[in-house]
Amino acid sequence: MDSHAEHHIVPKRVYFAVFAALIVLTWVTAYVSTVDLGRWNIFVALAIAIVKASLVILFFMHVKYSSRLTKMTVGAGLFWLIILLFMTMTDLWTRNMMGVPGR
Amino acid sequence: MDSHVAVSDEAVVEHTTLKHHFENAEQQKDAATVGMWVFLVTEIMFFGGLFLAYFAYRQKYPIAFASASNKTNLLIGAFNTTVLICSSLTMALGVHAASLGKRKLLILFLILTLLLGGAFLGVKTYEYHDKWVHHEVPGEHFECEGCKDAGHASLFFSLYFGMTGLHATHMIVGAGILLVLIWQAYKGKFTAEWYTPIEMFGLYWHFVDIVWIFLFPLLYLIDRSGRGLS
Repeated sequence: MDSHAEHHIVPKRVYFAVFAALIVLTWVTAYVSTVDLGRWNIFVALAIAIVKASLVILFFMHVKYSSRLTKMTVGAGLFWLIILLFMTMTDLWTRNMMGVPGR
Repeated sequence: MDSHVAVSDEAVVEHTTLKHHFENAEQQKDAATVGMWVFLVTEIMFFGGLFLAYFAYRQKYPIAFASASNKTNLLIGAFNTTVLICSSLTMALGVHAASLGKRKLLILFLILTLLLGGAFLGVKTYEYHDKWVHHEVPGEHFECEGCKDAGHASLFFSLYFGMTGLHATHMIVGAGILLVLIWQAYKGKFTAEWYTPIEMFGLYWHFVDIVWIFLFPLLYLIDRSGRGLS
């Protein structure tokens, strides 16, 4: 357990690299939205957003260099968010599949 | 008195920044970080409810959402996203400067963060005004010119104003905290050994950035190819 690699100061170039990636991805997602990908547009947009959010969480918010307890707290929060969104949406997506009354 | 301070200089620093119920500075900082993240997790769930409402209604009224979303300005949205990401960079560099004990640089980056946050809010104000002028604010006088399923388009704009409004509220709160932090940094409150408020505020600011990273594609980028989502 090297969780006590504390006082870890992230080098500045890491911030600039993450920043450049975030800017590029922002304009890529804006451009891709104008291309007709059928139903895949939303998935591409969300995938890019998730990559961007992950970069911010890991590097700008230092979670990559944080203690395991912090990592677990972040993970638990995201896990509950996924339950909230995914379980509700799978219900809404599949309600009309069976064609039975009382759905 | 002078000699007394000089002798116990280190002890004084320890004494003022390390609270007695912590073993050492590292443990104290870890506790602050976890506590801040617990708060941010409640914020995730707070915004999560709105995102859920968005996904649920979007799946129910896809055509209304697609045509209403086209009313937003893609270029302004992408520009504002860029502004906010710049403010996240200056914030990260501010924390970096604080960790090295560079006071002037810290103040500079905090001011830049404040200015970029203000620029974001300014652009947002322009957008809100534009929507107001075009009667795209939900209510009695709501109109969505050329929208398909205009009745449900107002649902999109309700979510648009609710989500961007809550996001902007967080930015305004953040700007207020930034003012306090700039003042405290100016007063020399933070050292390389102790700059926890700067780092915790950084987490908050980046979180607000992340919320926008999702709001941008969900509100601005639906069906831009204009195939009408049939």
